[in-house]
Amino acid sequence: MKVFALLLALMVALPAAAEPTPAEVQKIMQRDFHPRGQATMERLAQDGVQRVCTETRDRPPAEVTKALEADQMKTITYPQGSLMGDWKRGETIAQSGRGLTWNDKAGEAGGGSCYNCHELSPQEFSHGTIGPSLRGFGKTRGAGADLQRYVYGKIYNAKAYNLCSQMPRLGLSGTLTPEQIKDLVALLLDPASPVNQ
Amino acid sequence: MRLIALGAALAVGCAAACAAQAQDSAKEIQRYRQMIAEGSPAELFELEGEALWKKAQGPKNVSLEKCDLGRGAGVLKGAYARLPRYFKDADRVMDLETRLLYCMTTLQGRSREEATKRVFGTADQPSEMESLSAYIAAQSRGTKLDPGISHPKEKESYELGRALYFHRAGAWDFSCASCHGEEGKRIRMQDLPVLYKPASARPIIATWPAYRVSTSQFVTLQWRMNDCYRQMRTPEPNFGSETTVALIHFLTATAKGETYKGPGSKR
Ligand code: HEC
Ligand code: HEC
Repeated sequence: MKVFALLLALMVALPAAAEPTPAEVQKIMQRDFHPRGQATMERLAQDGVQRVCTETRDRPPAEVTKALEADQMKTITYPQGSLMGDWKRGETIAQSGRGLTWNDKAGEAGGGSCYNCHELSPQEFSHGTIGPSLRGFGKTRGAGADLQRYVYGKIYNAKAYNLCSQMPRLGLSGTLTPEQIKDLVALLLDPASPVNQ
Repeated sequence: MRLIALGAALAVGCAAACAAQAQDSAKEIQRYRQMIAEGSPAELFELEGEALWKKAQGPKNVSLEKCDLGRGAGVLKGAYARLPRYFKDADRVMDLETRLLYCMTTLQGRSREEATKRVFGTADQPSEMESLSAYIAAQSRGTKLDPGISHPKEKESYELGRALYFHRAGAWDFSCASCHGEEGKRIRMQDLPVLYKPASARPIIATWPAYRVSTSQFVTLQWRMNDCYRQMRTPEPNFGSETTVALIHFLTATAKGETYKGPGSKR
């Protein structure tokens, strides 16, 4: 409730700019887009995280950030048993940029697009730089139970740790299955993974 | 596409009479290959676009030659560089493709449905819109980009474009700024220009539309908006909608003053 009041105050405090509000933009988009394949119109409805990050240009006040990150943390469910899968499968998933677009087949296995944004294995030169380099991630950060939980959670819902992260919520959005996320945990943390060579 | 028309004529199964045509076709293919080798395939689309501009079509069987792109009926010189802008007759802001569509429906009497059936082409078969865009944009080479930004509807469109640029939506929570928001970033090996800043937007916008080497396609800004929204995992934007025009308007206004150098070529 406090968070809501704060948000309201924030909105009222903005100067009467000619720029349309996120709610108005959403309405215009709902008029101007059409569903195609698995990409349905519901995807245009902003959730709280998208709305707040749009509203504040990715710089929400600390109190709002804390409250909403805690909400996002609650969305993460961990599978039973070990979180370490197979790094070899993880590498394939990290390479693939497929999933959830209007020309991907619904139900077909998606990828993580990790290389689109991150450096991981040193063998792969074609990597993006939107996110930090993850080369040597397990070697420098460790591979214990806490780290496994962190990496699993970060991939499942990146916004739980950094509210306005540019990294998608790959588990929550239904892009990756728990099995796939476990394989990615191994890619980052397994001492045998090329990421840690 | 002349090449394809020729190919089709051949396929129809003519015998001796077609020998000459076959020779023409071979020459055409040769010319095409040479242009690509010389790195100027855009020229081929410009030629095709010119033919389409002058071709009588639609229920009214007239060409587009009387289409007013903002500088008066049929005036092409410098017209592209002044778009998007507000058009009184349509009472809305239009980019080149939206305006062409308007002329196809009003002048030629074609239905919107028919005219937009295939707005984005393939390597083998470019679309009418793409070829027309190549031809018309080429007539602005050397002209400074000067989109309309004074009419209230132009201001509204610019503001909407700016808001859209930072608006997060879709299954992966992206806004345009997620990828085009910070200097020096890449997706894989592809550089991501920060398009809300004039220094980055100017050289980029001044070369659209363009021949895309990686897919051997001629592509327009309407296509680029469409494909970036695809990557954003949203539903598909309507061709020529206020949304896509507003984004193109915002980007072009940010690049205002740059000398138009297109149609260029892209990765
Ligand atoms: C669209 C770009 C993008 C994609 C795709 C992406 N990430 Fe990220 N990632 C980021 C950004 C930006 C950060 C830094 C900000 C943050 O921590 O949220 C980040 C942070 C991380 C971190 C935290 C790093 C640390 O030092 O604690 C991990 C781990 C990570 N990403 C793993 C992955 C994996 C694995 C994938 C593929 C499943 C992936 N990312 C896909 C952009 C991306
Ligand atoms: C997920 C990342 C991503 C998002 C989000 C994104 N783009 Fe892009 N955009 C790209 C990539 C990658 C390229 C370069 C593609 C290539 O080189 O073939 C690109 C290219 C472009 C270009 C052409 C740049 C040039 O070099 O000529 C424009 C213009 C553009 N995007 C506009 C937008 C707009 C407007 C939005 C928001 C509606 C947007 N993009 C959202 C990834 C993105």
